[in-house]
Amino acid sequence: MRFRSIAALVALMGLVSAPAGFAAERAIDATKSSISAEFTQIGVPVNAPFKKFSGSVDLDPAKSAEARAHFDIDTASFDIGDDDYNAEVRKPEWFDSAKFPKASFVASGLKPTTPGNFEASGKLSLKGKTVELKVPVTAKTEAGLTTYSGTVSISRKAFAIGGAGWDDTVEDTVKIRFRIAVPAVG
Amino acid sequence: MSADDRYTRPAIALHWLIALMVVGGFAVGLYMTGLKVSPEKLQFYAWHKWSGITVLVLALVRIGWHLSHPVPAPLPGQPLWQLRAAHYTHLALYGLILVIPLSGWLYSSASGYPVVYLGIKALRLPDLVAKNKELATVLKEIHEWLNWTMAALVTVHVCAALKHHLIDRDGTLRRMLPR
Repeated sequence: MRFRSIAALVALMGLVSAPAGFAAERAIDATKSSISAEFTQIGVPVNAPFKKFSGSVDLDPAKSAEARAHFDIDTASFDIGDDDYNAEVRKPEWFDSAKFPKASFVASGLKPTTPGNFEASGKLSLKGKTVELKVPVTAKTEAGLTTYSGTVSISRKAFAIGGAGWDDTVEDTVKIRFRIAVPAVG
Repeated sequence: MSADDRYTRPAIALHWLIALMVVGGFAVGLYMTGLKVSPEKLQFYAWHKWSGITVLVLALVRIGWHLSHPVPAPLPGQPLWQLRAAHYTHLALYGLILVIPLSGWLYSSASGYPVVYLGIKALRLPDLVAKNKELATVLKEIHEWLNWTMAALVTVHVCAALKHHLIDRDGTLRRMLPR
């Protein structure tokens, strides 16, 4: 009896919480998604991926203005491809991964621009600082999977990433490239 | 010694310019790899790559010049084995000034760092291979190994030139010196 009442309670909670959220909150498929940052040092563009991130997209195609998305990115998972540089970029001067293990992007609202393209508004929080971003997004649905992809430029200095000694070597503008895959709605 | 026995002025200029860049690039290469991550380290890597690409271009010009302007014949009175050794050393050095910069360029591409000549974005060279960590490890070994081979051959080359100059006292070295 006791087990049954717990089950009923869980079911009830599900009923209560479902209308509060949106109908189609979908966790991202990390194996088919990618988030990377491209920085430029002495004119050389270097693109490196974040290996660990999670998140969800809550989007009813009929009501894009109410779209929500949330991503958490593990700053210590940034992989330049070399142990020395990976260790460097986790230091307090850069990501300060010990103190700020996660970066997050919270999108609230999606504005259609051209067919298949949107502009997402959201807040990027990194190293204790939050910046408003407008992100161009292209959506594509194929084989039961919807991917949202795009590139957005940010200022690393706005997040106090990289000490002043690096300013002549590493450019301020960093390009974030993303490809977020979620199960298609319906 | 007649004027015909000398190397042409462009050949002499190319020889010494490449020599300077090869020695400089080698020294910078040895030094930079041991540095801790810093803006200076990246600057040394940039200089190393720029000098390597310069050597590659100069090597192509030099080979073109060599093919269109025959070099003076070896001075008479040398044993056959020395002529052969000189011939193959020169051939190997020509090959290495092409292959070493190319191996460095390949290594840079495989490591995910495009080569941007002189830091000018319009002079970004194409990636020869896609980013691949395993391949980068192999190319690093090859690049280093080729460089030590070059260092050994340059040592032989310099010793032979000095032997001609100081022991044989013939004009072999003089005809490669600027006048």
